[in-house]
Amino acid sequence: MNAHARTFNEAARQQTADLRQRAWIQTALSGYYAKRDEFKNRFQSWPAARDTAAAIKWEAVNHLDRYLDEFASRLEARGTSVFWAPDAQAARDYIVGVAREHQVRSIIKSKSMTAEEIHLNDALEQAGFEVVESDLGEYIVQLRHEPPYHLVFPAMHLTRQQISNLFHDRLGSAPTDNPEDLTMIARRVMRRKYCEADMGISGANFAIAETGMISITENEGNARLTTSLPKVHVAIVGIEKVLPRLSDLALFLPMLATAGAGQPITCYNTLYGGPRQPGEPDGPEEFHVVLLDNRRTELLADAEQREALHCIRCGACLNVCPIFKNVGGHSYGTTYQGPIGSVITPHLRGLQDWKHLSQASSLCGACTETCPVKINLHHHLLHNRRNAVRERPARFEKLIQTAFVFVMRRPRLYEWIGRFGRILQPLQRLVRGTLLDPLRAWTKTRSFPPVAEKSFRELWRERKKP
Amino acid sequence: MKITLFIPCFVDQFYPQTGLSLVRVLERLGHTVDYPEAQTCCGQPAFNSGYWDEARAVAERQIAVFHDAEIVVIASGSCGAMVKVFYPELFQGHPREAEARALAAKTFEFSDFLVNRLGVLDVGARFPGRATFHDGCHGLRELGLKNPPRQLLQHVRGLELVEMKEAETCCGFGGTFAVKFPMISTAMGEVKCASIAGTGADYVISNDSSCLMQIRGVLDRQGKSVKTLHLADVLAQT
Repeated sequence: MNAHARTFNEAARQQTADLRQRAWIQTALSGYYAKRDEFKNRFQSWPAARDTAAAIKWEAVNHLDRYLDEFASRLEARGTSVFWAPDAQAARDYIVGVAREHQVRSIIKSKSMTAEEIHLNDALEQAGFEVVESDLGEYIVQLRHEPPYHLVFPAMHLTRQQISNLFHDRLGSAPTDNPEDLTMIARRVMRRKYCEADMGISGANFAIAETGMISITENEGNARLTTSLPKVHVAIVGIEKVLPRLSDLALFLPMLATAGAGQPITCYNTLYGGPRQPGEPDGPEEFHVVLLDNRRTELLADAEQREALHCIRCGACLNVCPIFKNVGGHSYGTTYQGPIGSVITPHLRGLQDWKHLSQASSLCGACTETCPVKINLHHHLLHNRRNAVRERPARFEKLIQTAFVFVMRRPRLYEWIGRFGRILQPLQRLVRGTLLDPLRAWTKTRSFPPVAEKSFRELWRERKKP
Repeated sequence: MKITLFIPCFVDQFYPQTGLSLVRVLERLGHTVDYPEAQTCCGQPAFNSGYWDEARAVAERQIAVFHDAEIVVIASGSCGAMVKVFYPELFQGHPREAEARALAAKTFEFSDFLVNRLGVLDVGARFPGRATFHDGCHGLRELGLKNPPRQLLQHVRGLELVEMKEAETCCGFGGTFAVKFPMISTAMGEVKCASIAGTGADYVISNDSSCLMQIRGVLDRQGKSVKTLHLADVLAQT
């Protein structure tokens, strides 16, 4: 077992033992389910919408070369600098370079999981720049020096009380558990930061090839301020975010909001097509778009799992995942949590290091059932397991599987082993739950059924006797 | 109709009565039942662990065993999904692909067979009590069998069927997952058992004995007296 797997197991052990935290996550998501269903029903046909969305993403991802070129050249035609970042290092270096060139003092940033993926804040802070998150949830976890807990709801693991205490400790505010008051406390800090910041960093929800624009969808209006007040705007965009046409947003914006947050549509939906143009009264003087590969093209080359690039980062698969709900977002140790994270992290960060996340699933398929772009998530977990074994089988498990084949290809031997088990089971009961118990992983928390006195095949034979 | 039974290995060893219940229901409906003794396991434990060559080696044997069967009925949504959904993928591009697909096409999970193939909803069962139905994930999502088990249970005389909260949430079994990640598996089992307790039902019924083994395991440790029953065991009662 590698270090990442050990860390995951330890975190999962702690989190599953924390009944209060588990109950809180259930509570935090309960409102979402009702709203999600309500707004799904407002679609003429949600299944048809999923089919269409999957087809559009298929088209975009399978012609990514063409659409990315179109996207970049249209952006450049309006004076945007487009940087093609092959990996995280190149993306960080470029963005730090832009900050240095402009001698910025303060950076404001709206929510971006892609920025989390490349650890952008760390790089900027190490280079001496102050970065402030402007999304409320992101700001809260930033104050706690934590990564986001959930790719859409970064601070969902915290109660109002905990947030109040945090603000009290870090910002000196008076304790309150009123959500509006808490928001106002953060807003007072943020408004000052917007005015001071000379660089704004954002992500992108979609990249529209047809018009060369990025689409950002948000509820707090913070991304608009982040991207339009400072004189430089840098957007970091994963190359899979492309949609062919502007009209595709008519489907994807409500779908993202419905699946992700249980909203009909988010409060603010903005398109950004370039820096301030001649004659325009506002907007940034410079606009940089960083297109990030970071091993996405390797996933693109994998025909079987390519569709994992369809993901629009709505987080719906996390919300329905019983693993996520019981171990929580931080246990994964990845940028992308939940089923989609377990599928793509082995591709982005190494199969052998991250295969345990694909194993840590009952393969229940709730994720696949809910995914708005119809990614066959739980089957890809199976594919990751197969690929990991094919590349490097675990010695002990390989031995067990070989024995399994040997027995299951020999019905007589199988039957004798069943009888043997019947004889041995009373002995197992003597050591039940102790270190000597071969079934300990099961019996520590659950009762194990007795082997039947007669197997079905024995009963069948008796039944057939005249 | 001549029906060939596929009794999953753990049903054979731990829950043979469920196999007999299956036989009773099918015979009561006037069918002939056969059970080839050369069958063992569908190969799912190897398949789900990523050992596809090993899974294929085991699956090959079952394909041979059921080669001449007209109709195969299997007492588990999970093993049913293995044969119906995953055998075709497992044998893709393999010399046995056509045979694997043929077996997939003629194999039916028990409730699927009764409701969708035979068109039977009332098997003449009587079983007094208050019960809730747990959807096994494989039966529900791989085979799409949300309604058939419920339709069958609604026709059981004396049985009051109540839906639990989040009936479709996984019980946490997941095969080898249950022992590779026992803490997560048990937590999921606890959530499921809380939903079951919320109904006040005397029985929890499922079409998957593996889910029931997990649920029973957790219920026992909680000291709960709710009984676990396979769908066939309920339908066999008259």
